[in-house]
Amino acid sequence: MNYPGKGLVEGLAVTARNFVGSYFYKDRLTTVQYPEERIQTPENSRTFPFLVFDESPDKPRCTACKICEVECPPKCIYIVMDRDDKGKPLQRPKAFDIDISVCMQCQICVEVCPFESIKMDNDYEKSKYGRFNDLVQRLPDLLKSNDYYRQIKPVKAAEVDAKLKAEAEAKAAKKAAAVAAAAAKAAATPPAGSAT
Amino acid sequence: MIAAPSTIPAGGAITTQLLEISIGPQHPSTHGVFRMDVVLDGEVVRALKPVVGYLHRNHEQLAEKMSWLGSMPYTDRLDYFNSMSNNWAYALAVEKLAGIKVPERAEYIRVIMAELSRLQNHASAIGFLLQDCGAWGTPLLYAFKEREKILDFFETVSGSRMMCNYFRFGGVRVDLNDEMLAMARKIVAEFPKFLDEFEKLMTTNEVVLARCQRVGILPKELAIAGSISGPVARASGVEYDIRKVDKYGVYGQLEFGVPVGAVGDVYDRYYIRVLEMRESVKILQQVLRDIPAGPVQAVEVKLRGFKIPAGDGYGRVEGAKGELGFYLVSEGGPKPYRYHIRPPSFINLTVLEDMCVGHKVADAIIILGSIDIVLGEVDR
Repeated sequence: MNYPGKGLVEGLAVTARNFVGSYFYKDRLTTVQYPEERIQTPENSRTFPFLVFDESPDKPRCTACKICEVECPPKCIYIVMDRDDKGKPLQRPKAFDIDISVCMQCQICVEVCPFESIKMDNDYEKSKYGRFNDLVQRLPDLLKSNDYYRQIKPVKAAEVDAKLKAEAEAKAAKKAAAVAAAAAKAAATPPAGSAT
Repeated sequence: MIAAPSTIPAGGAITTQLLEISIGPQHPSTHGVFRMDVVLDGEVVRALKPVVGYLHRNHEQLAEKMSWLGSMPYTDRLDYFNSMSNNWAYALAVEKLAGIKVPERAEYIRVIMAELSRLQNHASAIGFLLQDCGAWGTPLLYAFKEREKILDFFETVSGSRMMCNYFRFGGVRVDLNDEMLAMARKIVAEFPKFLDEFEKLMTTNEVVLARCQRVGILPKELAIAGSISGPVARASGVEYDIRKVDKYGVYGQLEFGVPVGAVGDVYDRYYIRVLEMRESVKILQQVLRDIPAGPVQAVEVKLRGFKIPAGDGYGRVEGAKGELGFYLVSEGGPKPYRYHIRPPSFINLTVLEDMCVGHKVADAIIILGSIDIVLGEVDR
């Protein structure tokens, strides 16, 4: 059947169906009342990077190797390595700043980190009143525990934990083997000076 | 320039003056920071000059100072509706240059991502087009409701809704697990329902027909001469689709049609997008049915210190807006020597004046909307 204005009437029927349906069907109602209601973000979702520590914030996994600083496309990471009184590097960051007004959440720092130390957070409520200093995240703001990481990304954190554990075991085994080899070598060769 | 008040001579004929006005750059109908210098005779457009550059971010020069991988997240920001296909074009150019072979599962995942981003781009493009016609809000939000599901899928897979940064040289970053594939299948199964509903709202609507038919006609010859690509060219009857011409990825093994318009007016450009979405659904059904198991990343590609042998290469994909190409020159180092983008929106804008002259100002707005530009890509 064709009558003038058919397209308009059919279009209005679609709108009416959506309007009335939004009171009865969940899939026609797509909004939530933020901040009272929140949508659960998926595990992979990412916002800004943070640093993981295992036991205490004094001992972050980060060794201040500066790979992320070099690879960061917008160059928003600034790292200073901690040194002791004699100037010997301590393999941990003294300063680790991320300017989140520059960071573009690309996750490249996470991918290049060899120590599983920098990870992506999924906290999206980072608005601040100030424009400059407030948006620079310093080392204490960035450090978060591994438990927190396990909580926000359970599957990935389990993978990382297993990988780190395997690496630590391999390292320990290698060390034990090296010690055993050294002992065997010491036993096989007579101590210097005993020939005389 | 302000026109002098017209005077009515004794004979009755009104002498008028041309009036040059500036539409934009901060006008909602220009889809971003885009400006049109329009010369008007009453309400009729006599000349139109697109002015671009308000969103220039120095992308090409920045990329020449950055590692090959470092430019990948910046390509998301070109056409921010289609970050997945932008990633693909760049990855394709680098893979061509470096001679990297992509695992088959990764190729299938790439097709899934590119076609889903085409679906959400076209859905919002026609939503925006009808918003420009004056259908304020409603059709756009129906389109966005559908787009939201696809963006949720992108977030589940890549971590970000729009700035996905998902492709890597020689593969993709994250494998799809069964849950993700089920999510994609659900989206694809539900999409035709949305299209039917949307078409009921728009395709036969008398107001839409009156506004869009025979407005902004782009002749086939001009489309070819202006190297117009994508849905705009196909609406004018140019049967040219890089998925068919180059057969990159696994498109050679897939069955799909290339819809072609007859008139080349705004309505054809609207309807060609609807038809393309139907073809994309077909592609997705095939890909989701046939996706093989296997690795998603070629093992030989290093993340850090990635170097490419000297040479140049051009990689192009059929993005949702047209031919998106990356021309790269390598000197053998860790950075590109030259990095050039062929953005479809920018090239498609060049025929805007030819389409608009002779029409009313309100029509110029919907003609611009029917080209479907994104300023991130026009200005780079």
